[in-house]
Amino acid sequence: MAEKKKTSYISGKESRRITRFNRRVTRKLEKERANANKDKALYTTRMKDPNNVVEFDNVCTYFFTDVGVVKAVDGISFEVPVGKTVGVVGESGCGKSVTSLSLMQLLQRPSGQIVGGEIRFNLGDGTAYNIVNTPNAIMEKIRGNQISMIFQEPMTALNPVFRIGEQINEVLELHNPEMTKEQMKERTLNMLELVGIANKEGVYEMYPHELSGGMRQRICIAIALACSPQLIIADEPTTALDVTIQAQILDLLENLKEKLNSSIMLITHDLGVVAGMADYVVVMYAGRVVEKGTTEDIFHHPAHPYTIGLMQSKPVVGKKVEELYNIPGNVPNPVEMPNYCYFRDRCEKRCEDCNGNYPPEIRISDTHVVSCYRYKDEGKILGYPKSVNVEEL
Amino acid sequence: MEELKKESAANSEYLLEVNNLVKWFPIKSTFIKQTIGNVKAVDGVSFKIRRGETMGLVGESGCGKSTCGRTILRLLEKTSGEVRLDGVDVFALTKEELRKMRPRMQIVFQDPYSSLSPRLPIGEIIGEAVREHRIVPPEEYDQYITRVMEVCGLPEYYKERYPHEFSGGQRQRICIARALALSPEFIVCDEPVSALDVSIQAQIINLLKKLQKDFSLTYLFISHDLSVVEHISDTVGVMYLGNMVEYAETEKIFSNPLNPYTKALFSAIPIPDPAAKINRIILEGSIPSPANPPSGCKFHTRCRECMEVCKYASPEWLEVEEGHFCACHLYDSQEAKLRAQMEMEKAKAAETKAATVSGDITKQ
Repeated sequence: MAEKKKTSYISGKESRRITRFNRRVTRKLEKERANANKDKALYTTRMKDPNNVVEFDNVCTYFFTDVGVVKAVDGISFEVPVGKTVGVVGESGCGKSVTSLSLMQLLQRPSGQIVGGEIRFNLGDGTAYNIVNTPNAIMEKIRGNQISMIFQEPMTALNPVFRIGEQINEVLELHNPEMTKEQMKERTLNMLELVGIANKEGVYEMYPHELSGGMRQRICIAIALACSPQLIIADEPTTALDVTIQAQILDLLENLKEKLNSSIMLITHDLGVVAGMADYVVVMYAGRVVEKGTTEDIFHHPAHPYTIGLMQSKPVVGKKVEELYNIPGNVPNPVEMPNYCYFRDRCEKRCEDCNGNYPPEIRISDTHVVSCYRYKDEGKILGYPKSVNVEEL
Repeated sequence: MEELKKESAANSEYLLEVNNLVKWFPIKSTFIKQTIGNVKAVDGVSFKIRRGETMGLVGESGCGKSTCGRTILRLLEKTSGEVRLDGVDVFALTKEELRKMRPRMQIVFQDPYSSLSPRLPIGEIIGEAVREHRIVPPEEYDQYITRVMEVCGLPEYYKERYPHEFSGGQRQRICIARALALSPEFIVCDEPVSALDVSIQAQIINLLKKLQKDFSLTYLFISHDLSVVEHISDTVGVMYLGNMVEYAETEKIFSNPLNPYTKALFSAIPIPDPAAKINRIILEGSIPSPANPPSGCKFHTRCRECMEVCKYASPEWLEVEEGHFCACHLYDSQEAKLRAQMEMEKAKAAETKAATVSGDITKQ
């Protein structure tokens, strides 16, 4: 008992030290941010590959909380190609939502900070914005216009006191100031039709509470797509919905993607949804990417023990098993992450090497990358995820 | 009571029998609190569960699964119908008798974040009802709680802790321990894993299965996750808008679903395999309001195989194959077809009559 208590207990002295440290670091980071905003050269870069919409390059997003620094996202790298769907899978708390919030610059500042890495967003003319340093004024133009987001809970994502029509118009009004009221209404009605709402004139005049969950999610999608964005971030778009409605919404998203030629970043914990929708899959665990590859790679040749465990723990219709596999243990404490592989303590396939540093990313086929020592002889080592030492900040 | 017990000995194969259970919630007008309509949450549901088996109850949200589960335990009063647990009519019991009955039937709720009192330590949460119902003598109380916690995979030192210190999976274990502490025979699991992560889900499902084996429990497993239901249940009932539309053994219903709604529901399950291309039946629209359900077969507004008769006559609950029940006009027997035909004609006649009457009124 005594031992258990120690881990969650913080003395007054320690607590004060953390607070002082947080204040100093966040102030410094905010100042740096303000300086970086002034010069355009500081936040424009070039894409590594012009066929990508977004490239995450060793992004580190840390939260400076009262119990210590939480490394929610710690050195993740992946890219979203044009016109493709990338599924980001992981359990709750693994940093998938924080990844998307970092991309939208919607983190709760000043406690949440992107402390390292680059998020490159393709502007289409060869240059790119580094979202990490982009000033707010420019972000406002990007959000909802070039990158837009569909949130998890359609019940709370809409404003209850405005009519549906006004809420969709608002997006158009912000990003297309030259549009007249009539044009806007026409576009909104078109959008409502596009997302499969039969009674578009009626819904235009309705309030959110008059609609069911599936309909509200359609409205959210209509709002997200109103400006034909290049990238749609769908953050668990169907978790709150029934299977039949889920099938409708996923079908709709797929069709719209084809029509608008957008990319989708699909964040979910449902492997079934990912298998049906995504072209590429990124598996995250405790703030790091443990495996990435095409859907084919991940589902037919899963390599990382965590991915394999995740697949086995989900019951599948038509496949009868006596007992479900369950991954033993829990996710490590996010405040004090170990310096060895984060999955080691829960892993049944651990070996000698696992006691060393966090495993590097290893390329085991053209498209398939995994972070696990078991494959170190089979593939090419790409490099280690770069973490930021908070003490040096 | 004596009579009831005798009866229970006669058909002891089934632990729970639900006959034509109906639960309506009245809609009151805001002004003089007059009942102006009813939300027909559960509208005539019948099924039986064998001892030591699990029945899965599936359906979209708003179809009355949870209300059904709660009414069976008499957490809600019924509107009509009958529930027999081990031969005892649950709704005929007096308050005192019901209290004695409570330890035999328990529930695990959906949301482990809101179903635990934040002010009680875990030991007290699990032990409160044990003390109240005198399940064990007072001197063994402490040991008993420890043992129950151990069975559910909770170490002893958790006793002094409070719910906020636990993760979702641990909390759900506490909820299960709380239900199990009263050594019940029957547990209603109301979406026990929907709020949990995939890997934690597997732990809880395995725990539920283990407990069932060790303590010969009977479950009513309510869920909208069909793959979980398939894994855990022996029989499955599918509900739509307050009615049971299909009921059969798990293998039968998954290999050969009869009702068009069941077919659509099963085809909507996402399969974690990119190569699997299934012919997905996408249902149009969403579930109609249970306050004003469609006439005839309630599913006819969204059904692909809707016929003329479906719009007027509600289908009968028939045993299509052995042990496979279904309510759909596609599988009507000869007599049922005739009855449905008659009902349709009646309804049509009433409609034309109403139309002419209203026509007359407008003329005048």
